[in-house]
Amino acid sequence: MSTAAMKSPAWTFDGWEMVVGLEVHVELATRTKLFSASPNRFGDEPNTNIDPVTLGLPGALPVLNRHAVELAMRIGLALNCTVQRCTFARKNYFYPDMPKAFQISQLDEPLNIDGYLDLPDGSRVGIERAHMEEDAGKSTHIGGADGRVAGAEYSLIDLNRAGVPLVEIVSRPDIRSPEQAKAYVSELRAILLAIGASDAKMEEGSMRVDANVSVRRPGSELGTRCEVKNVNSVRSVGRAIEYEARRQIQLLEHGEAVRQQTRHWSDGEGRTHTLRDKEDADDYRYFLEPDLVPVEPSADWIQSVRASLPMLPAARRVRLAEAAGLEAGAESVAVIVERGQDDYVLAVAAAGGDVGRAVVHVQQAFAEQPAEPLVPAADLAVLTSMEVANEVTATQAKTLIERLLADRGGDAKALAAALGFEAMGTSELGSLIDAAIDAEPDAWAKFCAGDGKAMGALVGHIMKSSKGQADGKLVSQLLNQRKTPTTG
Amino acid sequence: MSDRLTIDEVAHVAKLARLALTTDELRVAADQLGGMLEHFDDIDELDLTQIAPMTQPYHLVNVMREDVEADTLDRDEVLAAAPEADGGRFRVPSGGGAS
Amino acid sequence: MADQPRTVLEIAAGVRSGTLSAVAVLEEYLAVISAREGEVHAFNLVLADDARERAAAIDADVHAGRDPGPLAGVPIALKDNMCTRGVPTTCSSKILAGWKPPYDATVVTRLAAAGAVTVGKTNLDEFAMGSSTENSAFGPTLNPLDTSRVAGGSSGGSAAAVAAGFAALSFGSDTGGSIRQPAALCGVVGVKPTYGRVSRFGLVAFASSLDQIGPFTHTVADAALTLQVISGHDPADSTSIPEALPDYSAVLERGVAGLRVGRITDLPAGADDDVSARLDAAFAALAAAGATIVDVTVPAFTYGLTAYYIIAPAEASSNLARYDGVRYGLRVDAADTDAMYMATRTAGFGDEVKRRIMLGTYALSAGYYDAYYGKALRIRRLMTQDFDAAYQHCDVMLTPTAPTTAFPLGAKTSDPLAMYLCDTYTIPSNLTGHPAMTVPFGVGDDGLPVGVQILAPSLGEPVMLQVAAGLERAAS
Ligand SMILES: [Mg+2]
Ligand SMILES: [Zn+2]
Repeated sequence: MSTAAMKSPAWTFDGWEMVVGLEVHVELATRTKLFSASPNRFGDEPNTNIDPVTLGLPGALPVLNRHAVELAMRIGLALNCTVQRCTFARKNYFYPDMPKAFQISQLDEPLNIDGYLDLPDGSRVGIERAHMEEDAGKSTHIGGADGRVAGAEYSLIDLNRAGVPLVEIVSRPDIRSPEQAKAYVSELRAILLAIGASDAKMEEGSMRVDANVSVRRPGSELGTRCEVKNVNSVRSVGRAIEYEARRQIQLLEHGEAVRQQTRHWSDGEGRTHTLRDKEDADDYRYFLEPDLVPVEPSADWIQSVRASLPMLPAARRVRLAEAAGLEAGAESVAVIVERGQDDYVLAVAAAGGDVGRAVVHVQQAFAEQPAEPLVPAADLAVLTSMEVANEVTATQAKTLIERLLADRGGDAKALAAALGFEAMGTSELGSLIDAAIDAEPDAWAKFCAGDGKAMGALVGHIMKSSKGQADGKLVSQLLNQRKTPTTG
Repeated sequence: MSDRLTIDEVAHVAKLARLALTTDELRVAADQLGGMLEHFDDIDELDLTQIAPMTQPYHLVNVMREDVEADTLDRDEVLAAAPEADGGRFRVPSGGGAS
Repeated sequence: MADQPRTVLEIAAGVRSGTLSAVAVLEEYLAVISAREGEVHAFNLVLADDARERAAAIDADVHAGRDPGPLAGVPIALKDNMCTRGVPTTCSSKILAGWKPPYDATVVTRLAAAGAVTVGKTNLDEFAMGSSTENSAFGPTLNPLDTSRVAGGSSGGSAAAVAAGFAALSFGSDTGGSIRQPAALCGVVGVKPTYGRVSRFGLVAFASSLDQIGPFTHTVADAALTLQVISGHDPADSTSIPEALPDYSAVLERGVAGLRVGRITDLPAGADDDVSARLDAAFAALAAAGATIVDVTVPAFTYGLTAYYIIAPAEASSNLARYDGVRYGLRVDAADTDAMYMATRTAGFGDEVKRRIMLGTYALSAGYYDAYYGKALRIRRLMTQDFDAAYQHCDVMLTPTAPTTAFPLGAKTSDPLAMYLCDTYTIPSNLTGHPAMTVPFGVGDDGLPVGVQILAPSLGEPVMLQVAAGLERAAS
C-alpha cells in the first residue's frame, strides 16, 4: 500500500543483527475502569479512584466495561487484526500494587490476533496479538536507588491506576534496527491518537514499551532474548535497544552466553540493569477467570466499529503524497500527517493553490499551528499561486506567510502590494547586474572563465543591492546570458 | 505414609502460596496432600480426550456494563482500616516481592 | 415462644397485618439466644441493639400504613461470609478479624428491603472450608439437638441458628454442600439454588464457580418465599442469570402425582444403613402420593469428589491470595514485603485453609495443571452430561443429603479425607450448577435427624420445591 520504498538501513555491528519484538501497553481512554465504575483518570489525589473491585475487597466482583472492549476492538481493527471470541484469565502473583494478587488478563483467547503495522519507510511489522488486561496500581519505593525496589526502605501504594483498562500490543520479532523500532512506536502512537483509543502519553505512562531484544548472525537461529522494561520515550526506545544489542554482542564476542533476563533501562545512565533472571520467573498458575464470562463480538458489532474508524495515518500519507507528487515516505509528508494538517494542505489545493508550495510552507512554518491552521486555506492558496506565477520571490513569500500567520489570514495580493513586493523586471535587474560586475571584477572574470562558484559572489551582491526583491533564479539566468552575449 | 509428594515439592508450593511451613509441617503436608492425590487417581481410569473442559456451570456471554462512573469509596475510611498508611497511600515494607 | 416454631410466613403475615409486633417477635428470639447461644455458639456476632432499632422501625412503618415487605419483621441470621456495611465480616478467620466491609452484599440489601431483621452473623468453617464448623478460628458450633455433636458445615452456625430458634430464617453459602449437609444434620430445610440465581456480589468467595447462597428454614413454604426475595438478576454479578423468576410458592400444593422421581442405581456407596432406610422411605412416600419412581444412572457421580477437591481448592488458592496484609485485615510485620506476606498468611489462616490453598496451588502449578485442574474441568462437563441424560427420564432425583447423621465433635478432624467424604452426595450439584435442597425426613438409629436430598435440573427450583413439599407432608 505504501508507495515508499526506502526502508531504514538494517542495523548491523561486527556482522551481528538485532532481532527485536515490542510489547506496548496502552491505557484506554475510558471514563471508568475495566471491571468497575470508579474513574479512570490520571493525576488525581492518591487512592481517590477506588471501589471494592479496585481494592480487591472480599466479595467484590468484576463487571466488564463495554466501551473498553470497543476501544480494544478499534485498536485491533486499526492494526489489521482478526477480532475473535475471547476469554479472561487470572495471572496469579503477589505484588503490593496488585490488589487481588492476580491480574485479570487474556491468555489463550485474546480479543485481537494476527495483524500488522506498515511503517512510513515501507516496512511491515507483524502484530501477534492485542489483548485486554487491567493495569496495576503504582508503587513508590522510598529510599532506593532511582526509585527501584532494590535497596528501598519501604513502598507507598496508590491504587488509582489499579484496574485501568489496558491493551497489550505484542509485535512479532520483525524489528531489525533502532530506527525501525522508533518508527513502529511513533506510528502506533499516531494510530492510537487517530482512533481515539488512548492519549498515548509515554511521559505519563499511558503508553509503555517493553522490548524483547536478541542478536544473531543474519540468517542463523534466534539468540537468547532479554526483555528490557521502563522505556519511557520514543528516543529511549532506540537507545535502549541499541545498548542492549551491543551488550549482548559483547558477551557473545567474549565467548560468554546471554542469560535470559528481564532488564531495566536507566535513561539517566544510558544502560540496562538486571531486574531478574527468567529462570526464577514466577509460576503464574493461569486459569480462566470464573467471575467473568466470554465475549463473543457479533459480526455486526465488529462491522460497526470498523465503519467508525477514521482514515489512518498510512492512508493519509499516501493520499497527500499522491496529491503533491511526492514519495509517501517523504519527511514533509510524514511531518504534516503527524500534525494532522494534511486535510488543510488538500484544502489549499482545492482552493486553487499549489500543493507543492503548500506542503513546503505548512511543513516549515505551521509547526505551531493546530491541525486546522488559523490561516484560511483560500488565503494560503492565493499566495502559493502568486509564487508559481513568479509574482513574488521566495524571500517575499516567507515574509507574507509570517504576516498571514500573525493576522490569521488575509489577502496575500493586497499585502504584497502594500509592502511594494513584486519580483523585479529584467530591465531593472540589468542595471543592478552592471553594478555588480563593476564591483566584483575578479568574480566576474572567474565566472566567465567557467568557474561556477564565482557566481555566488555576484548573485550575493545583486540580492543585497536589490534588498531581496530580486528573484535569484532570474538573476542567475541573466548572468549566464551575459557570459555569452548574443548580438542582434 | 504417602511418598507421592516430596518435601521440596511441597516447600515450592508453600512458597508460591506465600505460606511459611516448618519442616515438620512440610512433612505432614506432604503426607496429607500426597494421600489426597492418590485418592484422586480414580479419575485416571477415565478417557476424557473427547470432553471439553467446563469452567462455568451456566452458559452466559457478553455480560458488560456501560462506561458510567459511580461513587467511589472514602479514602480516609479505607486507609483507616489499612494495617499501615502514609500520606494517603498504603505503606508496605519494601524489597522481597519484586516482580 | 410456641413449641411449634413460628414460620416465616406467620411472622411476616402477622407483622404486615399489624396483629404481630416485630419488636415482640424479635424479643422472643433474643430470649432464646440468651438462653442457649452459650452452649451452641451459632454466632460470631449478635446484633441485638441494631435488631431492636430495625424491628421498631418496621412496626412504625406498619402503623404508618407502609408495607415493610414480604419478610416484614422476620428475624434472620447471616453467615459471617456475607458483607454487611460497617458490621464485622470475619469468615471465622483471624486474617479478617475486625474487618468492616464498606458495602452490603446484594442479598443483604434485598433482605433489608424486604423488611427482614438481622439478629446476627453466624459461625462457619474458616472461609467456608469444612463440613463440621470445627475449622472456625472462634471455636466450633455445636448441634442444638445434641451438643456433643457437630452442626455440620460449613454453614453450621446458620443451620444451628434456625434449629435452635435463634432466628426464623438464616442464610448460608453452599460450595460443595455447605447449606444442605448442616441443614440435614440439624433437621431443617436447606436450599442451594441454581448457580447464578442468587447474586454472589458481597459473598466472600471460596470457589467462585461453585459458591451459591441459599436459605435455612423450618418449612418448604418458607424456603420458597425466601427464594422469591433473594433470587433474580444482579448487574453487579457477571454470572447472574437474567431469566425472569417463576412464582416459587405457586407449585407447593400441587402434590407429586405424575412426577417421575429418579433413583440413582449407581450412587456411590458410603451412606449408613439408617440413612439409606430413610431414603427408601422417602421413595415409598412419594410413590404412595402418586409419583413414579424410575431407576436412572449417573456414572460420573462417583468422580465428583475428586473433581471438586481439585477445582474448589484451585479457585480458592487464587481467591484467598488477596489476604496479604496490605490493604485490610491482619498484618504481621516483617523486614520485607515477601516476609510480611508469609508471616501474615501463616499466622492468619488455619490448617484446613492452608491445606486447601496448597492443594489448589499445586493443582494449578506448572506441569500439573493438565493432570489435575484440566482433568477436573472435563469431569465437570462429563458429570453435567450424565445428569442431563438422566433428566430425560425423570423430573427430580433423590439421594441421601449426608452419609451419616450428626457425628461427634472431633470424630473426623484428624483425617481430612474422611471429612471430605461428608460431601459425596452434595458435591455434584455444585459442579453442574443445578439446584438441590434437603428436607428433614425422620431420624436415624441415634434419634438424630436424617435429611433427604432432592436434585433437579438447571432452573428446576419449582419442581424441586413441589417434591420437597410432598416429602414434608409425608414426614409430618
Ligand atoms: Mg507481557
Ligand atoms: Zn501485560
